[in-house]
Amino acid sequence: MDTLDLARWQFAITTVYHFFFVPVTISLVAITAGLQTAWYRTGKDKYLRLTKFYGKLFLINIAMGVVTGLVQEFQFGMNWSAYSRFVGDVFGAPLALEGLLAFFLESTFIGLWIFGWDRLPKKVHLACIWMVVLGTQLSAYFILAANSWMQNPVGFGYDAERGRAELTDIWAVLTNKVVLVTFPHTIFAAFMVGGAFVAGVAVWHLIRRPGVDTGAFRTALRLGAVIVIVAGAGVALSGDQQGKVMTEVQPMKMAAAEALYETEKPASFSVFTVGTLDGSREIFSVKVPYLLSFLATGHFDGEVQGINSLQQAYEQLYGPGSYKPNIPLTYWTFRLMIGVGMAAAGLAALLLWVTRRGRSPHRLLIWLALPLPLLPMAANVFGWIFTETGRQPWLVFGLLPTAAGVSPGTTAGEVLTSLIGFTLLYGVLAVVEVKLMFKSIRAGLAGTGAGAPGDPSRPGGDDADGPADGPGADEAKPLSFAY
Amino acid sequence: MELTTVWFVLIAFLWVGYFVLEGFDFGVGILLRVLGRDEPERRALVTTIGPVWDGNEVWLVVAAGATFAAFPEWYATLFSGFYLPLFAILVALILRGVALEYRGKRDDLPWRSRMDTLIAVGSLLPAVLWGITFANLVRGVPLDSSYEYVGSLGDLFSPFALLGGLTFTAVFVAHGAIFLALRTTDDLRERANRRAATTGVVAAILAGLFLAWTQQLRGDRWSLIVAGLAVLALLGGVAANRARREGWAFAGTALAIALAVTSLFVAMFPAVMPSTLDPSSTLTTAAAASTPYTLKILTVIAAIFTPLVMLYQGWTYWVFRKRVTVEPVAVS
Ligand code: HDD
Ligand code: HEM
Ligand code: HEM
Repeated sequence: MDTLDLARWQFAITTVYHFFFVPVTISLVAITAGLQTAWYRTGKDKYLRLTKFYGKLFLINIAMGVVTGLVQEFQFGMNWSAYSRFVGDVFGAPLALEGLLAFFLESTFIGLWIFGWDRLPKKVHLACIWMVVLGTQLSAYFILAANSWMQNPVGFGYDAERGRAELTDIWAVLTNKVVLVTFPHTIFAAFMVGGAFVAGVAVWHLIRRPGVDTGAFRTALRLGAVIVIVAGAGVALSGDQQGKVMTEVQPMKMAAAEALYETEKPASFSVFTVGTLDGSREIFSVKVPYLLSFLATGHFDGEVQGINSLQQAYEQLYGPGSYKPNIPLTYWTFRLMIGVGMAAAGLAALLLWVTRRGRSPHRLLIWLALPLPLLPMAANVFGWIFTETGRQPWLVFGLLPTAAGVSPGTTAGEVLTSLIGFTLLYGVLAVVEVKLMFKSIRAGLAGTGAGAPGDPSRPGGDDADGPADGPGADEAKPLSFAY
Repeated sequence: MELTTVWFVLIAFLWVGYFVLEGFDFGVGILLRVLGRDEPERRALVTTIGPVWDGNEVWLVVAAGATFAAFPEWYATLFSGFYLPLFAILVALILRGVALEYRGKRDDLPWRSRMDTLIAVGSLLPAVLWGITFANLVRGVPLDSSYEYVGSLGDLFSPFALLGGLTFTAVFVAHGAIFLALRTTDDLRERANRRAATTGVVAAILAGLFLAWTQQLRGDRWSLIVAGLAVLALLGGVAANRARREGWAFAGTALAIALAVTSLFVAMFPAVMPSTLDPSSTLTTAAAASTPYTLKILTVIAAIFTPLVMLYQGWTYWVFRKRVTVEPVAVS
């Protein structure tokens, strides 16, 4: 493998890994903030205990998100220096905005939230976690604006002399029609993961520890399931919008998503195909007539362009070469994204049904606890692999081929070293983090000890001490969630 | 001032912020197993930086992001040229970040002890490597006419660069020790104070040597003045520490780091990556910069948000201003 292949593998591995944690962070912090708000409003103990329980799981998760994000930020310069030179003038702005507006907000207020339980007035402490929520949303928006520019470059001019893209309109970049649909889709998809996580943990507890904190976990289960279903609807609606925008700006990606070789009007959506995906022969397939036309154009009899005609058109435009992405990969990841994600929504609906009006879930449903959050997580990854590989062979669509973006001076040995290093490190960290997660989940809700002195030795760990104890709380209190 | 100069100053400012802030939490990390004798003590040490270290590290993220935006050529050359040292820094920062966050999440001593080792190593390694990187940055590295690094890994480890690594480390350790003397009580405070006294002197000597050598390689009257002031500030900090004026001592080391890093940037200006091969392939602010339009937008954003960030980060330090005491905690 040469430097280019290695750099691509490294980007794929590190980014997909970063994106295991990102959706959980985005959604879990908002759910935790919601729970804490419920506690602030109602004063009910169960909300405080849930806040601390899910808050701790959120902290375990975000630590990984933060350290893997650092790698992303450096990687552009290390492996993709030619790309950095080409896009920096445009791409750097949203990235700098993300750091200055979002990351500072997140990291500072998270410190205040963790250590502020017995330092800050209740209201201010609650505001801190909402600031973190704001930070994660901003962060997602800016990075997605950067990514959307690569899918659909807007608001720039090409400087032939310096061979780079130059920003002419920042507003156009920030309101790129791709980011306007990508942002809601990604956020809804994140909430599917977080809701499923909350519900999955709760279902495990209800079945494994019957009678222990049943009330609190019932609340969590139903809350999580509702979030999955609502977010699922949001994902489907926004995904439909995305399909239309994508057909407009990257018709090849839509054709590849369907492995649609010849232009069709009206076009049918294939649910799955057995056959040769180079399009030469189809053995068996299940098709829904008119659906693809609708997804792509909004009309049941709209025309959807096929790969072969697009290939010809691109050759005219950009010169000889192949402009086809990896068709089997795009075809299957697109289906898996939709299928696996919607399956999660189905499971969530099932859980709501079986726990209706105070019923407790059947023992066998414990088998749902793990797949429930894993399915939407997998859907997220499939969606991204689809989006990013569907853009190939372009790094910046229509402007910069992927092969031209890699660092010219960087050797394959260097990339291989860091590729192996990061992969091994990420593997070990995954084991550590998952173990810690399970341990904290098993520990269950800690007592809030409202008023009672914190006892760090009891199960639940050292974050078991009380909430703000008002004025006079002194140094002697062990810190909540602390080190 | 031209916008490219404004952005050179701002990038320097971000690095200054990063080293002043993360400098002390690197120092605390390095000293964690040296000053902290048992779990409660080490827990107290970690708690002094607990609420702030992540915010400190974001200064690095923003320095890198701002360099990408304002000087894409600089970002591209620097990050691809210093590939392996940066890779090692990333690995160290990952281990350190995870260890800091996960140490308290389990109630067992061997776990916490292991995490403390990771924190120490994860603080030491970046301190050394940042010193090496910055020494190379000012001295210059072999760049070809398209600003690509053409040297080998070995080129980055010259005696001058190694001195840079040592200096950064010693200064951060002194800075961290003084921070601890300021933030802890009783016995721990005493020990931190004594440690600061000894390492402070070593740091001042190393910094004097390193900055003098830098001036001799590259520099002008202005960088010389700033570098001189840096050494004076460091000595002032050490003296204040002797006199048990910990607040002043901390201000002294913070100022010393700020001035020292500034002197490196002043010495470099207007180059951002001097080439040791051919002066014409030295990368300058003008050649590395983004367009005036982009710089203008970035300037507006930075003018609004940098002060805001400093305000709320400052507030964090105010909220957690009380000294941290060692508490007996039952951990199995
Ligand atoms: C829980 C996860 C999840 C689920 C259930 C869905 N998606 Fe999705 N999808 C994602 C998670 C995701 C994502 C977060 O992974 C992506 C990658 C990039 C993006 O914007 O969102 C994505 C990308 C993505 C794209 C590519 C956009 C582009 O490349 O420009 C399209 C067209 C759709 N989705 C459409 C849909 C449709 C019609 C769905 C039907 C119900 C759907 N998605 C469900
Ligand atoms: C939003 C910010 C993102 C940016 C700026 C971005 C940018 C890039 C870049 C520069 C590459 C390398 C060049 C290439 O091979 O095309 C790439 C490839 C890739 N990215 Fe993204 N990406 C982003 C988000 C994601 C996410 C969240 C995922 C997955 C969870 C992802 C998955 C991939 C994969 C799988 C590849 C390899 C594609 C291939 O080489 O065939 N990306 N992306
Ligand atoms: C490939 C491009 C990406 C880059 C360069 C990048 C960069 C970073 C960095 C540097 C951090 C650490 C911030 C800190 O130190 O506090 C981070 C964390 C984060 N990133 Fe990414 N990221 C990328 C992809 C994404 C995507 C696609 C999203 C969301 C849609 C995202 C959302 C977040 C969020 C919410 C955090 C904070 C919490 C967490 O990581 O769990 N990132 N990212």
